Amino acid sequence: MIEFISQPWPWYVAGPIIASIMFALLWFGNSFGISANLRTMCSIAGAGRQSAFFNFNWRKQVWNLVFAAGMMIGGAITYKYFMPGQQVHISQATVTELQELGIKNPGESVLPADIFTWEALLTVKGIIMIVVGGFLVGFGTRYAGGCTSGHAISGLSDLQFPSLVAVIGFFIGGLVATYFILPYLLTI
Amino acid sequence: MKFLKYLFVGVIFGITLAKAEVISWYRIYEMFRFQSFHMYGVIGSSVLIGIVLIQLIKRFNIKSIDNRPIVISPKQRSSPRYLFGGIIFGLGWALTGACPGPMFILLGSGMTIVIIMILSAVLGTYVYGLLRDKLPH
Repeated sequence: MIEFISQPWPWYVAGPIIASIMFALLWFGNSFGISANLRTMCSIAGAGRQSAFFNFNWRKQVWNLVFAAGMMIGGAITYKYFMPGQQVHISQATVTELQELGIKNPGESVLPADIFTWEALLTVKGIIMIVVGGFLVGFGTRYAGGCTSGHAISGLSDLQFPSLVAVIGFFIGGLVATYFILPYLLTI
Repeated sequence: MKFLKYLFVGVIFGITLAKAEVISWYRIYEMFRFQSFHMYGVIGSSVLIGIVLIQLIKRFNIKSIDNRPIVISPKQRSSPRYLFGGIIFGLGWALTGACPGPMFILLGSGMTIVIIMILSAVLGTYVYGLLRDKLPH
């Protein structure tokens, strides 16, 4: 058991647990969709005065904020107790390729250590990958009406065609960024 | 007390995505480069099992914990918003290496810089709210 917990978990462990969590949230009378929290945060901060989009009863979404708080605690517990190191077990092809793009020690930490830091925040890479990237995630998820949990997991599980369109969009955007933006950005 | 169950499933979800390395920028890069089956396995198996679970809910009329019917609200019947919104999110997903869930898990695991990513995402959502009426949906 201890050995299992300290190993990285394979996809066939993670996938079924994620499906069960979606089921649990439906059974609790709600639904699985994490990006909705970003809208709730805007609403709590008073954005309802500027846009009717944020004028809703955010108290009905408190459960989702609690769910997000649980996720943070889950992350904290994992790195304190269940993770002997920070290594990410990516393929050798990925490691070699990222080394060529100038990333030091790919896979030795969860995030590329020389990009996702406070020191790098005001560099071109930092601004684009942290600030602009974050902005696009927030704008895009709300425009599309959901993120990976709402569309890729919940929507596809319910065989909803719009979610398939959204997931195809996720991939178009992701492939464009990975093939046409990152190779230039990383080698700046 | 009624929120405790959400906290609990949130913790399980956080541990799962952290242990399966789904929260890693590297795993997202690798997925978009088709260099590993891992992420496809995670998403694919959860969707396949999810399809079975939702069919069970529908066939057997499974009720929620407070005995109400479980309704999964159908998405709007249109395409532009899903395609354009999806592409914009996809760009951000590949740059940050994180969708909204992993952002919270990363922050909890001690990567403090991710708070800037989350605040930027909140700002992006806010700007969407301001521009919403001018965008094709």
